[in-house]
This record gives sequence, C-alpha cells and structure tokens, in this order.
Amino acid sequence: MSGRGAPGPRCGLLLALLLALGALPRARGVEEQSGGASQGFQVVSFKWHHVKDPYIIALWILVASLAKIGFHLSHKVTSVVPESALLIVLGLVLGGIVWAADHIASFTLTPTVFFFYLLPPIVLDAGYFMPNRLFFGNLGTILLYAVVGTVWNAATTGLSLYGVFLSGLMGDLKVGLLDFLLFGSLIAAVDPVAVLAVFEEVHVNEVLFIIVFGESLLNDAVTVVLYNVFESFVTLGGDKVTGVDCVKGIVSFFVVSLGGTLVGVVFAFLLSLVTRFTKHVRIIEPGFVFVISYLSYLTSEMLSLSAILAITFCGICCQKYVKANISEQSATTVRYTMKMLASGAETIIFMFLGISAVNPRIWKWNTAFVLLTLVFISVYRAIGVVLQTWVLNRYRMVQLEIIDQVVMSYGGLRGAVAFALVVLLDEQKVKERNLFVSTTIIVVFFTVVFQGLTIKPLVQWLKVKRSQHREPKLNEKLHGRAFDHILSAIEDISGQIGHNYLRDKWSNFDRKFLSKILMRRSAQKSRDRILNVFHELNLKDAISYVAEGERRGSLAFIRSPSTDNMVNVDFSTPRPSTVEASVSYLLRENVSAVCLDMQSLEQRRRSIRDTEDMATHHTLQQYLYKPRQEYKHLYSRHELTPNEDEKQDKEIFHRTMRKRLESFKSAKLGINQNKKAAKLYKRERAQKRRNSSIPNGKLPMESPVHNFTIKEKDPEEAPDYGAEMGGGIEFLANVTQDTTATDSPSGIDNPVFSPDEDLSTLSRVPPWLSPGETVVPSQRARVQIPCSPGNFHRLAPFRLSSKSVDSFLQADAPEEQPRTTLPESTHM
Amino acid sequence: MRGVRRAPGIAGAGSRGPVSQASLLRLYHRFRALDRNKKGYLSRMDLQQIGALAVNPLGERIIDSFFPDGNLRLDFPGFVRVLAHFRPIDDEDPGIRDPKEPEPLNSRMNKLRFAFQLYDLDRDGKISRHEMLQVLRLMVGVQVTEEQLESIADRTVQEADEDGDGAVSFLEFTKSLEKMDIEQKMSIRILK
Repeated sequence: MSGRGAPGPRCGLLLALLLALGALPRARGVEEQSGGASQGFQVVSFKWHHVKDPYIIALWILVASLAKIGFHLSHKVTSVVPESALLIVLGLVLGGIVWAADHIASFTLTPTVFFFYLLPPIVLDAGYFMPNRLFFGNLGTILLYAVVGTVWNAATTGLSLYGVFLSGLMGDLKVGLLDFLLFGSLIAAVDPVAVLAVFEEVHVNEVLFIIVFGESLLNDAVTVVLYNVFESFVTLGGDKVTGVDCVKGIVSFFVVSLGGTLVGVVFAFLLSLVTRFTKHVRIIEPGFVFVISYLSYLTSEMLSLSAILAITFCGICCQKYVKANISEQSATTVRYTMKMLASGAETIIFMFLGISAVNPRIWKWNTAFVLLTLVFISVYRAIGVVLQTWVLNRYRMVQLEIIDQVVMSYGGLRGAVAFALVVLLDEQKVKERNLFVSTTIIVVFFTVVFQGLTIKPLVQWLKVKRSQHREPKLNEKLHGRAFDHILSAIEDISGQIGHNYLRDKWSNFDRKFLSKILMRRSAQKSRDRILNVFHELNLKDAISYVAEGERRGSLAFIRSPSTDNMVNVDFSTPRPSTVEASVSYLLRENVSAVCLDMQSLEQRRRSIRDTEDMATHHTLQQYLYKPRQEYKHLYSRHELTPNEDEKQDKEIFHRTMRKRLESFKSAKLGINQNKKAAKLYKRERAQKRRNSSIPNGKLPMESPVHNFTIKEKDPEEAPDYGAEMGGGIEFLANVTQDTTATDSPSGIDNPVFSPDEDLSTLSRVPPWLSPGETVVPSQRARVQIPCSPGNFHRLAPFRLSSKSVDSFLQADAPEEQPRTTLPESTHM
Repeated sequence: MRGVRRAPGIAGAGSRGPVSQASLLRLYHRFRALDRNKKGYLSRMDLQQIGALAVNPLGERIIDSFFPDGNLRLDFPGFVRVLAHFRPIDDEDPGIRDPKEPEPLNSRMNKLRFAFQLYDLDRDGKISRHEMLQVLRLMVGVQVTEEQLESIADRTVQEADEDGDGAVSFLEFTKSLEKMDIEQKMSIRILK
C-alpha cells in the first residue's frame, strides 16, 4: 500500500537526478570563459571546472544513496529482489542515459577507485565484526574451501575452456592456455561483497554462513597469487615459462598469504597499543581505527602481499582490545561509521557495475565462451563443494548436510573483484581482453541478479519439499518447540561448540601477556574485579529488583492482564519471521513454519466452526518462544543490533531469576529443612556463578588462580545481555568481607558456599548479607526500578536472614565506574 | 581417563556403549571443564553457570533431569547417561539387536520418555492438565493471558487424550507424536 504512493515522488527524484546527470557531460564541456575578454570584474561566475571532480564524486554518492531510499519505498520489491540486483539495474539505466547523452563512457568502475577506496571499508567491516570464535572454530574448513576450492575452480575452468577452444567451438581467438588460466583464476573467486549482499536476504545457519563468508574473504590470497603468476607468465610468453617459475609461484602463494596476515596482525597490534593511550583524546579515537586499518591495507598492497587478508586480520585481531580501550561513544561511532562506509561502498560498487557495463567499446561477444563459462563455473563449483565436503565431513564435528552444500554451491557469487581484476588486464599482453571483460560482466550480472533472485525461493522449495504436508496438531507444535529448546539446552550442556585446548591456551596467553600490553589498565582491572564480584552483585541486584517489583506489583508482568487484540492475527500474509527462518533449522522441522501458515489459512477457510481452535494455533505460533537456532542473527552489513530477541531473553531470564530467588527465599526461611534447603542454596550460588559467566565480550576466561574458572564463554549471549548486564557490570561494590576481590585466591569459595552440603554451615549468614557492608544495587536495577539512587530507602527490607539487611538499603553512588563492556553484535 | 570407560554404567547396551569412544572422550573433557572445583562430580550450580541455559525456557527442568531422585551430585556416568539419549539413532538393522538386551538409550521410545519426564514432574506417569499448563507458561511470552494459556492447555490435553481421563499418559504422548521425526529433533550429531 505504501508502494503505490511512492512511485510518484520516487520518479520525480530519479528524473531530477537524471537531468542533473545529463547536464553534467555538457557542463564539463563548458569552459570557463568568465574572465576571458575584457569583461571587467565578474560578480558571479560559473566555475564548473574548479569543482568538477569532487562534485561528481559527491553527486554519485548522493545518487546511490537516494537510490537506496527509493528501493526501500516498496517493501514488496525488496523482499523478492536483492538490493544488489536492483542497484545493478539502476546502474544500467543510468549508464544508458550517460551514454546517450555523451557517447562516451565517462564513468566506470576503475580498478584504482575500487581497490583503494571502495573495497577496504567493506573488508574492514567484515573483519571488525567477524564472529571470531565461530571463525576460528571453523578455520580449517574455511581454509580448505578458500585455497583448494579456488585453485580447483580456477584450474578446471581454465582448462575446460582451453579444451573447448581447442575443439574449435569458440571460433578464432587469439588466446593461449595461459590466457585461459588467467581468466579462470580471476573468475573463480567467490566475492565477499556479493555473497554477503545475498546472504543477508537468505538467513542461513551460522556455520554455513561463516564458511561461505570466510571463504570469500580468505580466497583473496589465492586469487592474487594466481592472477599475478599467470599475468607474468602471459607477459613472459607461454614458451618461456620454466619449472622454476612454477615453483616460485607456489612459494609466492605462501609468502603472499602469510605475509598479508602478518602485516594485518602487526597493524592490529599497533592499533590496540595506540588506543590504549587515547584517554585524553577521546574525540579522535575512532579516527585511529580507520586510519591504521587503512594503512595496513596500503602497506600490504605496497609489498605486493594480499591486502584483503591484511585488513581482514587487522580487524579480527584488534576487535577485542580496541573495544576494551576506547570509550563507549567512540565504540558506537566506530560501529556506525564502519557500517555506513561499508554499506555505502557496496551500493556504489553495484551501481557502478551496472554503469560500467554500458560501454560498447569493450564489448565483444562470443556465445560459446560466455555460455560455457557460466556452465563451467557453476558445475565445477558444485563438484568442488561436494568433494571437499565429503572429505571434511569425516573430520568435522558438525556435519555439513546436503542442503548446506546446495546453498554453498549456489551461493558462490562472483562480483566486483573479478570485474576490477579483469579491467586491469593490459590489452597488449592479453589480446582478448575485451572478450574477457564482457564475459566477466555477464557472469557477474548473472550470478548476482539471477542467482541472488532465485536462491531464496530455491531454499524454500527444498525445505518445503522435505516437509510433510499435513495438518499440524497442537501437540506437535508445542512439543516440537519444546524439543527444540531441549535440544539447544543439551547442546549447550554437552559443549557442542566445545571446549578447545588451543583456545584455552590462547586465552591464557592473551590474558597473561597481550592484554597487559594492549588493554588499558582500567579495563583490565575492571575485568578482573568484575569477574570476582559480579556474581554477587547480580544476586543483590536481583533481590532488590524483585523486591521492588513485588512491592509495586510490577512483577505481575509474568502473567500480565491481557492487552487487547492479542488474537487478532493478520491472516492475510505469512508472517515474515516464518519466511525468513534459517535454512537448515527449518529443514529440520517436519512441519515447516511456512506450511503451517498456509495450512492454517486453509483450515480457516474450510472450517470456521472452530475459530477458537484457530486462535489457539495462532496464539501458540505467535507467542511461543523461539529456540536459539532460529533467532540468532549473525553478521549483517546493514543492521547494527539484534532487536526482538533481547526481549525474549530478558523475559526468560527474569523469570528464571525470580524463580531461583523465590526458592532461595523459601530456603532461607525454612532453614530447618535439610537437603532441599542445601540444594536451593547451592542453586542460588550457582545462579550467581551463572550470571557471572554471562557478560563476556571482553571477559576472557579466568585464570586458574581463581578457584572458580569460568570456562563457559557464551558469545551468543553477548548481544542479548549487553544492554542490561552492561549496566550491571558497570559498577563496583564495596564488599568488605573476605570472600571476594582479586586478593582472595579462593575466590568465592567461602566455606559457606562449598558444595558439600554441610548443613551446619547454613547457619552462617552468607557474607554478602552481613552488616557493615555497603552495597549498591547495580545500575541495571536502578534503571529498571524507577527510583533514583537516593530513594533506595524505599526498598522494603528483604528479609533473607535473621540479621537485618539495612545496610543493603543505604545506597550510595558507586565509587568507581569502570567502563561498561558493551559487547557488540560480534560473537567473540 | 582410563577408569572412565570401565566405570559402571558407561558400558551400555552390548559392545557399543551409549556413546562412541571419541564422543566419550569429548564428553569427559566437557565434564571436567564444567566441574569447577575439580570435585569429581557436578552439582547443580555447575550446570547453572552455563549462561545459555538461563535464557532457555526449559533450562531449569533440564538441569533437574540430570539430578533425578533428589541427587545432589552428578557423576560422569550419570552425565553420559542423560546425554546418551540424544545420540543419533543408528540406521543399522534393528533385527541384529539382541532382544534380551535393554533398549539403547537413544531409541525413539527412550527419547520420548526423556521428554515425557520433563513434563511429568510428579512422576505419576501422566501429564495432567496442570502440568501441561506449567510447561506452557514456561514456553510462552508474557503477553499471553492466563485464560488463553488455560484454553491452550485444555486443547492440547484434549487432542492427545484418548481414554478421556483428562491427562496424557506416556502412550498417548507417544501416539500424538508418532508422525514427528523425533530422531532428528532430539539428536546431536557430535554424539555419534
């Protein structure tokens, strides 16, 4: 509905732009003749030439951004067609206009601009927000696909094309084997820009995502090496290539890739070090991140190493320390700026891809070549993926299923990198450069537009095919969902993501050495102290929250009086959440979510007799909590924070906490009960431990010095808790007794809390409840309980023990506020 | 570690234990990692410290299922026994299995039994309407009213209840889920 009104203003916008653009080429011809013949002093003059270059650049950026607005005016279109495809089409149109106006292709995507200005932000964005744990956990797989897969693709494509050429199908071309291999190497690589653009639309499970994404980033080294090697071979001439050169080529691969990574790591180190000292220049902190990362890119480029690898690893490695060191506002600034640059660059790239295509001078068409290229890259990619997956599945914990393989093969898009590389070719050396250019353009367009368009329906069709078409019963829905929850809980308990020797070693090393150098001292201290004290704070925090809430009756939120229209579900469209659910997860369900809706519609139409039943089904469908696999949203170029899922987590968390507190309360009151009390008491303690394990982001694993080792790092929780726990972390309590702080080697292991149920110890009051301490409820509690710090005397005493807890109520402002560690949407 | 394999309860049905050798090793490492103070067994709080369980609606119940009959300690065999329920079902010919041996823990029936026990808190072998309601409460967002919940619980019990006693017995439970792919829904691949 909103789309209908849009075309009017949208067309107007575009028209205005086009006119402006049309005027540009003319304008360029206009010479300033202002001061020419003796005209005296000119009051106003048209100094186009003066501002030409920056003006054009700014205007193109503006056009691209306006186009984005334009597209999103119509939701229907963007849900079907990926944005990249729309941008390419727009580029074609604009290119056509420019061409029609001036008959020269004035604007193209030049490799310089692409490689120096457009690609770095995108790759930096990818590296900075990379879910590190997932990435390194799957590094072997990623490397295999990136290296072996790309080499396979390049070799097979090049050789097959050569074979076909030899057979004469392509007609007469001035190419040799090396030219084909060169072409193969640049067309083989999966493109990070395009892949992400499409995967944003199709939500896949995180393992699949990281594999394809990681592959697209890491295959740059291979592409660079192959491209350079074959280009120099072509320059030398086919017959002068010796074995030594081949060996040199292989060696250069290792040098390029490892060298690039090293450069990136070095610059990451520098960046972290610099941010450690920026306390007094907070305002320019974000600048450092960008400048130093960009320098890593340029340095690597200068040394002819893999620049993409350098900037990727710079982002990956500096994440943690930079986020710990810089202020919150700077972190936000960095996040937003990076996303803006990346998103903008991507938009411009796709648009210019379209524009550059409209340049008849470069066009040379050869049907066989083009068609065969398309066929070969698809087929060989599929074969390559299948073979490698077969090998990998023997070593992987989490297997890659058929549907994953299909998505991987089909999602191997080529993009602007291939185009830029092909444009770089020298026509003198590669005689058929134009043919290559046109073919590359066709391939890129095909993959981005066609494959991008069809991947979502394909996935859904595959999923739908596997589900059984029958009416889902209430029981199945409910229990099915319950099983999902059970399964994710068991996965968490059994440590599916798992306990990794290497990772532990790394985090030990990191804590002992790296963090000392790279992290600001205050960040280190707060991290340590937090780990010791936080769990206690959280319990007090929880107590005060619950107490206040109960006093005000606001904790009846758990079963709140109904709001109206809860069952007025819109039956007309399938809910977007069901449509976008993850691929593999949905495939696991027998009763597919999409089918559910359609069947519900059917049901409704058929039998109105039981409207209540319908309502029941839909309420259940709508309000059942989603299990973890379904809603975890990983990396996204265009979105910054996960949205609704925090709410769900908050609710469940509150509920759990409340239950535990209640049982704890009853335990303390009924202190004469034996085992049960001990059980509950320990549960309370466990809850505190559990709470302390949640905030992580920058909280690494504990050292064995402290008795309680928090090994469980759940990065997935980070974004969910960041908001609320951030406040909780943000403060230090003055806990004066013996069981806390970094000093005590036993950490929390006060005999009261010892796991052995020695019931006599229960009579001792837990230290954090002893009088004489000043405890301040965390900021989180303060935020959610609408009372100011000064008003805490209003809190009803929460009688947990015979001793009064009045001290608990004397709230002072917190003494020190170590910075909050707002974990990002990255998954460390 | 060597003693683990011979520990009672680990050797499950026949020569193939409840989980494979490699998985056993992994689980042992996991057990050790969870065991904070190197006590040699797990307590509730060790499991509760897993952050992800706090945001799982059924987290508490699942933790409870590891501590049956009021136990306070969870030893490694017990740990494995529960997790063994989630091993993927082998596609081997079931006819080979010796009928005298106890059913493997990861059979369909046992998986369902595990889930059933999560619902049936009072262990009377039936899921009463009240118990269903409790589970529903856990699993649904806060916006749903009590009346809606009760009606959903009623319908769910009605749908499955065949003998009309107002509660869902294990057999009825199984029957209502006969079309569901339990094998897939309640299996973790790493336990293979």
